[in-house]
Amino acid sequence: MKSFDYVRPARVSDAIAAGSLPGTVYLAGGTNLLDLMKGGVSRPDRLVDVTRLAGLDRIELLADGGVRIGALVRNADLAHHAAFARAYPAVAEALLSGASPQLRNVATVGGNILQRTRCAYFYDMASRCNKREPGSGCDARHCNNRLHAVLGWSDTCIATHPSDLCVPLVALDAVVEIEGKSGRREVRLDDLHRLPGDAPERETVLEPGDLIVAVKLPSDAQNFAHHARYLKVRDRTSYAFAVVSAAACLNITRSKIAEARISLGGVAAKPWRAREAEKLLAGLAPDAENFRRAAEAALAEAEPSGDNEFKIELARRIIVRALTAAATGTPERIPALPASPFSGQPGASHDL
Amino acid sequence: MHPSISLTVNGVQRDIALSDPRVTLLDLLREQLHLTGTKKGCDRGQCGACTILVNGRRINSCLALAASHDGADIMTIEGVAHADELHPLQAAFVAHDAFQCGFCTPGQIMSALGLINEGQAGCDAERIREGMSGNLCRCGAYAGITDAVLEVQSNLAEAKERQIA
Repeated sequence: MKSFDYVRPARVSDAIAAGSLPGTVYLAGGTNLLDLMKGGVSRPDRLVDVTRLAGLDRIELLADGGVRIGALVRNADLAHHAAFARAYPAVAEALLSGASPQLRNVATVGGNILQRTRCAYFYDMASRCNKREPGSGCDARHCNNRLHAVLGWSDTCIATHPSDLCVPLVALDAVVEIEGKSGRREVRLDDLHRLPGDAPERETVLEPGDLIVAVKLPSDAQNFAHHARYLKVRDRTSYAFAVVSAAACLNITRSKIAEARISLGGVAAKPWRAREAEKLLAGLAPDAENFRRAAEAALAEAEPSGDNEFKIELARRIIVRALTAAATGTPERIPALPASPFSGQPGASHDL
Repeated sequence: MHPSISLTVNGVQRDIALSDPRVTLLDLLREQLHLTGTKKGCDRGQCGACTILVNGRRINSCLALAASHDGADIMTIEGVAHADELHPLQAAFVAHDAFQCGFCTPGQIMSALGLINEGQAGCDAERIREGMSGNLCRCGAYAGITDAVLEVQSNLAEAKERQIA
């Protein structure tokens, strides 16, 4: 690992001043950053440790019915916050399906949003990668790419964003609160991550020095509490990134879908909101036929980027399964193996 | 600048000069404090062999910068037993054949301690398996590990019930 200067400011303004300098990165939980630094993928000159900044580790239930989650809240603490998990069960389910208990105890909400892709060619310093080394080429494009993107990719980069947490957050219209050199601003999570285009090294709209301080969910995000699921399919039962995942949130009134929210993980360089599918379901009955039509709409633009055509039909089926599970109702308690086909929970089978 | 930090390690307060900001808690424990019970497996947060408790919570010490943990209360496998008396989890690992080569065992036991502290798994074998998924065992002693953790959980639950009654 390349050596670095280490600073630990006590105030947000000091952190931003230090974080604005070239070659500087913020350190929070470090579960992704240290891994990248050990591999030489990330080689910062200076780490600004933000873990002691005051007030960023709170979960605040707001008077207007929304919630504000401090960027330093640990994944495990958010998932096990009873009132939060009751109001936003798909978010809790996504959190508990990510990483391992040890990592969830450390990884933060802000860090989860900004985690880097797990594309093996991005991690392998001997491979060409336009994200790591702009203009060098993309070895993923013609090598082992069964897990790569099927939506929003470009010839320069087919990497996916690996977050579970971001998938239900983007479905629920989360907003990211950012402190930067010119003060505080808010960006919709859906607008935070960029698609690769011809500049895959620019992964977000953040500017140097920008620090995510909180994530907010609006009051209407609670409308889906009774019919919300997160389903994640992995190559192994637990402790693996998604091949494909989906968040399905329904507001069902008098046996009809008043409003649907659908998003996908593991399919693109950002958490993928399926707005066309959502619109299609509004006013319809929550049944298998309508769910399949929604799934078709969600993947209408999908294209394989390599040996991953299977992910397109898999994503459709995961959407149908997630919507079916959501329509059945949010379970009293999140299953031991969230969304696993090996779970004993009803509805866990693939054969729907 | 090389900061010096203060840690409580297995109940003993230590002031430690850091030779390099890159030092992880894992390397500090093993190489500077000579507590080699905590194992270095993958060193990348994937195997769980380096699991320790920090302020009562299980973490991967390989992905924790020591400099960032000034003031932390740390428990390692060396702090688990009481003198010559094994901790119930250690005894249960022996009784249930929960290891073969033993390399992952300190991490397994620290992870199981963390799991029990978290209070989420209860006596549900499926929840215990999922809760222990951050610890890989190359010898494949998973069935024994689950049984050992399940036994300790069940004994704790029974003791609690007796207390209430």
